[in-house]
Amino acid sequence: MQLVDFTDKGLYCAQGQFYIDPWQAVDRAIITHGHSDHARAGSKYYLCHHYTKPILQLRLGNNNYESVEWNEPVYMNGVKITLHPAGHIIGSSQIRIEYKGEVWVVSGDYKTENDGISGQFEPVPCHTFITESTFGLPIYRWLPQEVQFDAMRKWIQQNKQQGRTSLLLAYSLGKAQRVIKNLAGSVDHVFVHGAVYNTQQAFKNAGWQFPETEKVTNEISKELFHQNLVVAPSSAADSAWTKKMQPVSTCICSGWMQVRGNARRKNIDAGFALSDHADWNGLLETVKATGASKVFVTHGFQSAFSRFLNENGIEAGEVKTAFGNEDDDETISPKAVNEIDVNAE
Amino acid sequence: MNHLTIDTTLVANASLKKGGMKLFTDLVNELGNSIKTNDKLDALSAYFELADDKDKVWVIAIFSGRRPKRAVNSTQLTLWCIETINIAAWLFEESYHTVGDLAETIALLLPENNSAQQTQTLTWYIEKFITLQKQDEPTRKQFIIESWMQMGKEERFVFNKLITGGFRIGVSQKTMVNALAKAVQLDASVIAHRISGNWDPATTSFSQLLSSSSVSVDFSKPYPFYLAYALEGNPESLGNPQQWQAEWKWDGIRGQLIKRNNEIFVWSRGEELMTDKFPEYHSLKDVLPNGLVLDGEIIPSIEKKPLPFALLQTRIGRKNVTKKQLQETPITFFAYDLLEYEGTDYRDKPLQERRNILEQIVMNTNHPALIISPVIEFADWKQLADIRSASRDMGAEGLMLKRKDSIYQTGRKRGDWWKWKIDPLLIDCIMIYAQKGHGRRSNLYTDYTFAVKDGDKLITFTKAYSGLTDKEFAEVDNFVKRNSLEKFGPVRTVKPELVFEIAFEGIAASARHKSGVALRFPRINRWRKDKKPDEINTLEDLQKMLELYGK
Repeated sequence: MQLVDFTDKGLYCAQGQFYIDPWQAVDRAIITHGHSDHARAGSKYYLCHHYTKPILQLRLGNNNYESVEWNEPVYMNGVKITLHPAGHIIGSSQIRIEYKGEVWVVSGDYKTENDGISGQFEPVPCHTFITESTFGLPIYRWLPQEVQFDAMRKWIQQNKQQGRTSLLLAYSLGKAQRVIKNLAGSVDHVFVHGAVYNTQQAFKNAGWQFPETEKVTNEISKELFHQNLVVAPSSAADSAWTKKMQPVSTCICSGWMQVRGNARRKNIDAGFALSDHADWNGLLETVKATGASKVFVTHGFQSAFSRFLNENGIEAGEVKTAFGNEDDDETISPKAVNEIDVNAE
Repeated sequence: MNHLTIDTTLVANASLKKGGMKLFTDLVNELGNSIKTNDKLDALSAYFELADDKDKVWVIAIFSGRRPKRAVNSTQLTLWCIETINIAAWLFEESYHTVGDLAETIALLLPENNSAQQTQTLTWYIEKFITLQKQDEPTRKQFIIESWMQMGKEERFVFNKLITGGFRIGVSQKTMVNALAKAVQLDASVIAHRISGNWDPATTSFSQLLSSSSVSVDFSKPYPFYLAYALEGNPESLGNPQQWQAEWKWDGIRGQLIKRNNEIFVWSRGEELMTDKFPEYHSLKDVLPNGLVLDGEIIPSIEKKPLPFALLQTRIGRKNVTKKQLQETPITFFAYDLLEYEGTDYRDKPLQERRNILEQIVMNTNHPALIISPVIEFADWKQLADIRSASRDMGAEGLMLKRKDSIYQTGRKRGDWWKWKIDPLLIDCIMIYAQKGHGRRSNLYTDYTFAVKDGDKLITFTKAYSGLTDKEFAEVDNFVKRNSLEKFGPVRTVKPELVFEIAFEGIAASARHKSGVALRFPRINRWRKDKKPDEINTLEDLQKMLELYGK
């Protein structure tokens, strides 16, 4: 039974009359997580996890939101809907849909390693699994996050010694919280861009606790920058915004940094392959753990990953979606980046 | 299905290990990571202070293109990697097209090494590669796989790079020369000369390479070339035209013609010894004075008129030349400078003085392969601009402007020499195929094939890889990903929609291309977002250009 159709507005459940992460305005939208390519404005009703709601309010303004706990069922026209932790960012959820004993799961974006803030990903048994494949090639196999954080701490120490500002470029929602939590202990001050600050503020208002951060202002001295860490979205790099911090050592942490060429073309001083997406092994383990007999592969290396599954005894098909990828800012439309920053300022 | 589920538990971080190839691996990493020339310089200087002398010699050799011959080819490396990790060949290919670098692809695909051992020195590995050249395939394979298993990811990458060659990590020879100069306290131009020419890193020690007596040992050694920057704007900024010498800028291979110890050597700017390729030069040995170094252009010509570069290409890469080729594409040397005369270095003498002797030598030599590159007479800059516009008729790509009292410097320097090229030829066309790039363009569609209209069909005529900004490349990449047939392999067929203006320096007839033409130096001049697909040029337009400029 086809529980989800792939339409030009997005993933659609005809029986339940709702969309999941639609890329156009619809009547009923279920949102996996708050990134702009998954949570778009204009729909009449949004269902998401409790933790995602403040993000949607910050980014999409006031709308008709309903939020639920993980595993708390909602019914739409006889279809049972539950959300399950996806481990991608705070509030990120997989969507489980059940109707007359048939179970489909839409993964949204996910990572299998527990980052301590986004919840522990859990594979959800299902008949059909719709999975992302952002890093669906065997060249993408992550080192444990502690190894990367250690390397980043070393990078900060080195910058301090050389009197350079450590400027870490990270997506304001997700990656920024993760690095701040893990690196704040290495410096006296964490200075952040307005976009990062406002996101964190929204979480704080919702009861989350994070290390103290301070907004970058004109009053902060060069010397103070040079001994500390600055976290900003990538749109802030190379701009007048970093003038006061020079000299600067710029780093990006993203799964794309796994390949040297990607780091080189960004003209940065350091790149760390720290991702909020599952790596090759994570994707494979998850597909296996769901026990799904049919897999649809979306955004990423869908051709390669689905072919690999087919060759290894799991029926898989590829689906084109309009999801971007926040791990690679270049594939988000420049407009989307600006919107976030403008909204946040 | 889990034969590829590789255990990622990492115990030993490769970068924590000491000794072995680590120092060199760190150097490669640092060079690859730093974006400022000064940081690269510092990394190299630090290396030259710390490293073992023998390793230093190899580093100089590698970064100046003197890699030992390949003991193992890319296909073998690929097969052995596929076999070691038991991966489907298509998945390896797909990974390679995304990474854009074979050495790195293999380093990323091999399982994490939990017990990386102490590795050997750089010299040890290179000497091993040289020995392997004479050994059978199973021995080579065993060595490669065993070495992989002893290394961490970073070392594997460097190890593979040593085999596949091409350390393109943004280190110019100039940077390396400067770093060496700093480390051994010698002048950069002296270093540049020492490390040029014909020397074997396997048998040369660091002190031999950099000692003052080494020049006399290798008498084939060329001087470092003096290179000009492009003149931007008009030449009025150069001041009094009387102080400047103008010459045609030829489109051949820059070279040095050397006669020492009664032997002839011809070096290309890429420091390749080309003497054997061009028998036309051999009899110059009998007529040129000894102790002589000339700077000039290796170029085919008939009656002193240069032939298109495409014809020169038919002569490169061929060792045995036919009689027909010697007749149809005779290689000549257009001399324009004198660097050594009667065994004395003349580079510090003013151009005018060098030129006078040069003209005398060429005249006295009276050899069909040695031609003086003429000086262009002009009264003022306006007149020179008119002369320049006729460059294509002369078979030249513009003018060279040289200050008459300039000395012959080392490397690319501003001030005394300028190249003043003519504007390129232009054509509007449409992109129809795209392929992912290499190096810093990894996982981005940056290599395009373009087509012009031929009736209601599109016909491909050139590829181009450069000319867009990073931002534009990202935009085109996005378009390709959204407007192509999703399939395997490197090439995507793209919806014909994006119009580009291609610039090129010359055009020649070609039987190898469907369009019948081959372009010289094609690159993207700009993205014509203002043009629609049906406004592009036609095959007929190209043929007209061929008629005008390609003969």
